[in-house]
This record gives sequence, structure tokens and C-alpha cells, in this order.
Amino acid sequence: MSNQDTPLLQINNIEVIYDHVILVLKGVSLTVPKGSIIALLGANGAGKSTTLKSISGLLGAERGVVTKGNILYKDQPVESQSPADLVDHGVIQVMEGRHCFEHLTIEENLLTGAYTLSGGRKAVAKNLEMVYQYFPRLAERRKSQAGYTSGGEQQMCAVGRALMSNPEMILLDEPSMGLAPQLVEDIFEIIKQLNEQEGVTFLLAEQNTNIALRYSDFGYIMENGRIVMEGLASELAENEDVKEFYLGISKEGKKNFRDVKNYRRRKRWLT
Amino acid sequence: MRIERDIIYIILGFIVLMVVVPWTAGQLSDQVFFNWPFFFEVAIGGLLSGVMYSLIALGFVLIFKASGVFNFSQGAIVLFAALTLVGLHGLGLPMWLAIVATMGVMFLLAVAIERLVLSKLVNQEPIILFMATIGIAYFLDGFGQTLWGSEVKVLNLGISEAPGFYFDGQILINDFDLFAAGIAAVMVVVLGIFFQYTRIGRALRAVADDHQAALSVGIPLKHIWIIVWTVAGLVGLVAGIMWGSKMGVQFALSLIALKALPVLILGGFTSVPGAIIGGLIIGAGEKLAEVFLAPMIGGGIEEWFAYMLALAFLAFRPQGLFGEKIIERV
Repeated sequence: MSNQDTPLLQINNIEVIYDHVILVLKGVSLTVPKGSIIALLGANGAGKSTTLKSISGLLGAERGVVTKGNILYKDQPVESQSPADLVDHGVIQVMEGRHCFEHLTIEENLLTGAYTLSGGRKAVAKNLEMVYQYFPRLAERRKSQAGYTSGGEQQMCAVGRALMSNPEMILLDEPSMGLAPQLVEDIFEIIKQLNEQEGVTFLLAEQNTNIALRYSDFGYIMENGRIVMEGLASELAENEDVKEFYLGISKEGKKNFRDVKNYRRRKRWLT
Repeated sequence: MRIERDIIYIILGFIVLMVVVPWTAGQLSDQVFFNWPFFFEVAIGGLLSGVMYSLIALGFVLIFKASGVFNFSQGAIVLFAALTLVGLHGLGLPMWLAIVATMGVMFLLAVAIERLVLSKLVNQEPIILFMATIGIAYFLDGFGQTLWGSEVKVLNLGISEAPGFYFDGQILINDFDLFAAGIAAVMVVVLGIFFQYTRIGRALRAVADDHQAALSVGIPLKHIWIIVWTVAGLVGLVAGIMWGSKMGVQFALSLIALKALPVLILGGFTSVPGAIIGGLIIGAGEKLAEVFLAPMIGGGIEEWFAYMLALAFLAFRPQGLFGEKIIERV
């Protein structure tokens, strides 16, 4: 583990079932130390989003239930807290696909993020100022309806909206989705800054393994509802299997079809 | 609220249509009586009755705006509120106390609806929530009448129903209608400010856009729904008082909700000012058409005029005058 003090978030062997029948997470454990950026990697359907939602309490709205194991945030179980309580205590999720409020302006979107904020107008204004500092683009578009802004602006808006609640930890689901590579780079750069300057802890689910490992401290790789590999981000990036299966590079360079079959076999062993 | 050019054209066009056509009709046909004081009397009477439609439509708009649900039970809420008010008044409470108590009942009703119905249906399709409101409507219709009886009751606010003469006695306007218009105006201003500029109002609009995202930023859906249904209940109470004192508190109250539909289609389902302007257009249009156009084609326009207007709007401007466009990025 990294060298930080006690973990901010601890997930112990959780199992999640949707609609009483569909078993999505099959015993996931992970630890998020305070002040870190942790990457949760894996393909579609691996269970990344479900893991994040089980932390933020949004599972209930999708008829999912944590049936085994527990999740501790600051040593308190999250199951007994509503999403609003959790936001109040400092955990907020930025959902996959951004989910901005389309008919509200960018500024109104940001203001909704301050719903749980105490401290009146002053605190809100201060946070708004901070968000505009990190995302100057949002300040330019503050009066536009969010539905008419670009994908990148919406992603910034979603992250900015989460920042408005003074979070200690942001659960960021696929920030790179549908964005141009340069923009993805920009957004990760801002995440890094927020982590260093504001001390926000990030748990981010990503398919873009390459960039996620470059910006995070520690990574977990998920497949089929299980964590199959974990390690320091730098070590994962050097791992031969990760290189092959997730980064698309291997020692021998490009492979031909026969070898593809070969690494399928290895991958099955890996899970 | 941005006013597009289209809207100005539509409203101007409507005014021209509603002035020029009656005037021409008056000139051409001897079946139609036309002079200006009489025209204005009909127009003002129509506008004022339109305000009454707006009061009903407002309740729909509130819930639609804040949760994206078309609340079929708004008519039943109006009836239930009016029945409760009359019932409590009948038990001997003074009118003001009865009104306050009814407000309390509407709050409890909102809590019950949230607990028993809405909280079980978070994140379901709008059609499912719509079906649930149909259920609520039938329940409320029955429950209110079981509780307070189903006979027609009189609700007297002590406001004179006598017609007053204005503008040198040339135009006759019902004082009660003026009073209703005043109330409606106050409500629109208050609700407009509430939605646009307050923290709760913003949260309500956020919930309407995206339940899940609202949940994720820490807006407690439970409270929000209780707030909206309470506010819709209060608006229903006002509508119930106005309509109830006009036509008596009876089952038919829950049917006037049907008249709110064309108003909503005209004004837009998500716009508070839209509900008012839609109501005014429908009210005035209906009366003017009935008085000045109907004699030429044999009468009875008032019944269907509103629905025809709504149909035309659906064809050319489905979001209504001030409704939110469905945003599609290209």
C-alpha cells in the first residue's frame, strides 16, 4: 500500500445483487488511503460502476443491494446512510456519462452541487470561485444551458458540481468517456491538481488504462465482478499481463492471430 | 424565460384573429351583434375565466416541472382540498382556521404519497409514475367523498358575486373573477421567484431533469417530492376554493382538470408563466369564439374550441409557448 495514514475508505469483500438475481460483484475488497488517487480498471461490465455506486448509495435507485461484506467510510458503515448524508459527509459520485442537468445553466448546475453545503451564500460563492479557477472554460459558459455545451464542458461541469460540496473524496466514473484524447489529458491534469492542492481523494473507474495508471497512485484491475490484480500504478504499468491485455503492447510487438488465441488462454487463467 | 420571436408572432396572430374575425363577422352577418364595449366585455370575461383554468394548470406544471411526471391526480387533489376545507369549516372552524388546517392536511397527504407511492418508484419510467398518479386520483376521489360526503356543498368566501360596472358603466365585470385573477397573479409571481432563484427551486428543477444525478449531488429526493406535492396541494386548494365557491364543491370539480390539458399544451408543461398565458388565451378564445363566431355555424364552439387550439399547437409547436425544448446536441 502507499505510505499514507489510515484509509479513508475500506471495502471488505462485498457482493452486490441486482433485482434479487443478478450477481454483479463477487467479493470485492479495496482500500482508499486519504489523499490518494486510486484507479479501478477493467472492461465494460467488469463491475467498476457498480463498485462506485455501492459506495455512494446510488445502487438502491437501480434496485441493487449489497448482500455481503461491508463498506466503511471513515470507519462508519455507508449502508445506513442515504446518498445525501454521504455527500454531506464528503463522498460524492460523478456519474458515468456526466448527467448534467440539461435545462439548467452551467452556473445553476454548479449551484445544485452546493445543496448540502452549510455556511450560507459566502461559502457557496467561495466554492464557485474555486471551481471557475480550475475550469475557466465553465466561467465563460456560465449562462449557457448545460444541454447545449460540449461533452468536455459537461464533464467539467459534472466534476465542478461535485467540487461545490467540499468533498473529501470524489468517486469519478469514466471521466474519459466520449472525449477527445487531448481533453482527457486536460481533465486528468485537473484531477491531479485538485488532488494535490485541495487534498481531494479520488477513486476513479476508467477503461483508459494507460492514462489512468499515469495519473494514479495505486490501481485495481477488475474482471467479471472480481478484483484480479492490484498494485502500485507504476508497477501495474510495467506488468507484462497488463501491458498485453489492457495497454495493447507486448514484448514482441504486434501479434498475429495464432498468438491471439494464446493470450486468450492466459487471460482465462488470470481471472 | 427567453421570449422567442415565434411566441410574439403567435400571440399577436391570435389577438389579430380574435379581434379582426369578430369585427368582420359583425359587419357581414346580421346574426352577430358587435360593438366595442360588448367585445371588451366578452374578452375580459373570457380572460378572467381563463385565469381560473390557469389555477388548475399551475398544479400540473409544478409537479411536471419538479419530477417530470404528468400528475393525473391534480383534479382529484383540487376536489379533495375543497372537500376538506368545506368539511372542516362545517365542523365549526372559522374559515381562516379551516384554510390553515387544510394546508396541514395537504402536507400530510404529500408525505403519505411520497412514503406509500413515490419512494417505491424511484428511477422508474415516467409512464409508471403516471399510472401511479391515476391510482392516486381514484383513491382521492373516493376517499374525500367517503370522508366528507358526496352531496354538493356550498363554499362561501364572502366575496360578492355581483357584477360590477367599469369604464363608465359600459363594461360589466364580475368582481369575484377580478379577485381570482389577483390571487392567480400573486401565485405566479411567488412561484416564479421560488423556482428561478431559490436553492430549493433549483433543486426541484434539477430533479426534473435527472433524478439520479440529483441524488448523486446530495439532493434528498424524499424531501423534494414532499415539497412539490405540498405546493401542488396548496395550489390545488386555491383552485378548489375559487372553483368551489363558483360552482359548489362537488365531484365535477375533479373533472375541470380536463380543461387544464389544452392550457398545458398551449403554455408548455414546464412553464409557470406558460400556464397563465395559456389559460388566458384559452379563456378569451373560447368566449370570443362562442359569442362572435358560433352564431354563424350554429353554436356550441365553446365546448371544443380549446381542444382544437391544443391540437393545432401539437402539430406546430409541441413544446407549447414557453415549454422546454427537448435538447438535442448535434
